[in-house]
Amino acid sequence: MKKGTLKQILLITDGCSNKGEDPAVTAALCQQQGITVNVIGIVDDDQTEEPEGLREVEDIALSGGGISQLVYKQALSQTVQTVTKQSMTQTLQGFVNKELKQILGEDQSLEEIEPEKRGEIMEVVEDMGETCDLEVLVLTDTSASMHDKLPTVKEALIDLSISLNARIGRNRFCIFNFPGKRKAIEKVLDWSPKLDSISTIFPKLTSGGITPTGPAIREAMYQFGKKGLLKNLRDEDEPGVEEAGY
Amino acid sequence: MNQAWKKQDINIKPGTIIHGKWHQNRYVIKRKLGQGAIGTVYLCERNGQYSALKISEYATSMTVEVNVLKSLEKVQGSSLGPSLLDVDDWEISPGSKCSFYVMEYLQGEPLSRFISRHGHEWTPIFMLQLLDDLEQLHQAGWVFGDFKSENLIVLLNPPKVRWIDVGGTTQTGRAIKEYTEFYDRGYWGLGTRKAEPSYDLFALVMVFLNIYYPKQFEKGANPKATLLKKLNDVRQLRGYRECLTKALLGGYRSSAEMRHDLMNAINAAGHRDRPGRRRRPPNAGTSPLAEGGGIILAALFYYLSSLMLP
Repeated sequence: MKKGTLKQILLITDGCSNKGEDPAVTAALCQQQGITVNVIGIVDDDQTEEPEGLREVEDIALSGGGISQLVYKQALSQTVQTVTKQSMTQTLQGFVNKELKQILGEDQSLEEIEPEKRGEIMEVVEDMGETCDLEVLVLTDTSASMHDKLPTVKEALIDLSISLNARIGRNRFCIFNFPGKRKAIEKVLDWSPKLDSISTIFPKLTSGGITPTGPAIREAMYQFGKKGLLKNLRDEDEPGVEEAGY
Repeated sequence: MNQAWKKQDINIKPGTIIHGKWHQNRYVIKRKLGQGAIGTVYLCERNGQYSALKISEYATSMTVEVNVLKSLEKVQGSSLGPSLLDVDDWEISPGSKCSFYVMEYLQGEPLSRFISRHGHEWTPIFMLQLLDDLEQLHQAGWVFGDFKSENLIVLLNPPKVRWIDVGGTTQTGRAIKEYTEFYDRGYWGLGTRKAEPSYDLFALVMVFLNIYYPKQFEKGANPKATLLKKLNDVRQLRGYRECLTKALLGGYRSSAEMRHDLMNAINAAGHRDRPGRRRRPPNAGTSPLAEGGGIILAALFYYLSSLMLP
C-alpha cells in the first residue's frame, strides 16, 4: 500500500463561535477535501455541568470527520495526544474499511469480522499509523477567556510534538491563532517538523470578544496547499534524514 | 485520561452474564477489578474457573491489546503477560456491542503494599526479577511502554512480581503507544518517546521511586535536578544509587547491562551491612565506625536506664 499523508486540523477552544459562517459547515468542507477536523473544548475548573456553548465542539468534530473531547486544562497534554492519535487510527481504519468493502462486499466492516481475523487487519492499520506522514494544523482560540489557559496549551503542544516525533513517519506542524488582527486567523508558526521553537513566540495574544470559528476553519483549510509546505519539505530532506537509533 | 470526560463508562453489575457472540462462552461477572485507559477489568467465572475479563467499547484498541498478548505468549518459556483465554464480542442489545477478552486471573498484592508489609529487603529482589523479564521482552523485540506500579502485582508463595496490563507494549523502534506522565522520560525532559530498552529502564526506576513517594512529586523548574535529588533522598535506595541514576539518564543500552551493575551493587551493599564481621572491606569508609558508635550509644542508654529502675 502506498504511504500517504494524513491531514488534520486540531481546534482548541473554550467556547462557542459568535461571528461569521457556521463552523460545522466549514468543517464539513474540510472533510470533503480530505482534512479531518478534531476539536478539544477546554472546560473551566469550576464548571461542573456540560456547558451549552461546548455542544458546538461535538458538532464541528462530527461534520469534520474527527474526534471531540471536553477536558479540564490539567489533563490537556494527554488529551491532545489521545485525540490526535485516535483520529489518525479512525481515518486509517476508514481507508481499510473501504478497501474491505471493495473486496468482501458492501456490508463488511472491521466489526463484522470475527476477532481472530480482526487482529491481522489492525496490525496493518497500526503499521500505517506508525509510518504515514502527518500534517497537523493547530488552531488556537485566543479570545480573552482563553488567556489563562494558553501556557497549558503551549506545553501540551510541545508534548504532542515529542510523542509524534517518536514515530517512524514524518510530521509537520503549524500553529495559527484566531481571531487575527486583520484576517480571520494569524500565523504563529509556519510548517515545521518540530514544535520546540514555540516557547519564545507563543502566545501572541489578541484579546477581544469575538470568536469567528467558522471563518477560521475555512482559512486554516487553505493553509494545507500552500507553498511553504513544499519549501519545508525540501529543506528537511537535506540535513540528516536518517536518524540513528542511539 | 482520568480527568477528561469519558463519553461512556461500562458498568456491569455483579451477576450479569456475558455471552460471547462468536464462541458462545458464558461468563458470570463477580466484581470489578480495575479500570484502565481503554476498558474495565472484571473478575468472572466460567465452569467454576475464575478469570479476568477486560471489556471496552473501543474494539480497535482491544484488538491491538490482544495482538500484544498473543505475541508475548510466543516468547518461549516466559510468563511476561497473563495468558489469553478467549476473545469475543458481547451484544448487549441489537446495534450495541462491546469487545472483550478473557485472561488468566493473577491474584496477589500491589507492589508497594507487599514491600511495606514484608520489608525493604525485597526491593532489590523485585528489581532483579523485573530486569530479567524486561531482558526477555526486549530480546523478543518489544518494549513495555506503560510501565507503572498499577500495572504490577506480586504473586505470593514464592513472591514474584508480574505484569498485569500489557496494553502499552510497543514494538521496538516505534512510538510508545501508551504512557503515564510520572513514569515517562519525555515528560521529565530526559529522552524521546521512542520504544527502546532504555525507555523501560527509566520507568523501572520511577516505579521504585513511587514506592518511597506514594504521592509522587512535581517536576519543578529543573526536572532532572528534582529527580536526582529525590532519588538521593531515599535511604533505602542508597546502595544502588549509582546504577539507578545511570538508568534515569539513559546510560544503559540493555536490561542485562543494568542487571549486572545492580547485582554488583547489591552484593557490595550486603557485604557492607552484614553485622558482626571482623574483616571490613577497605572501601567501606566510615559507615562501620558509625555503626559501632551507634551500638555503643544504645548499650550506654540501656545501662543508664537500668540504673533508674528500682
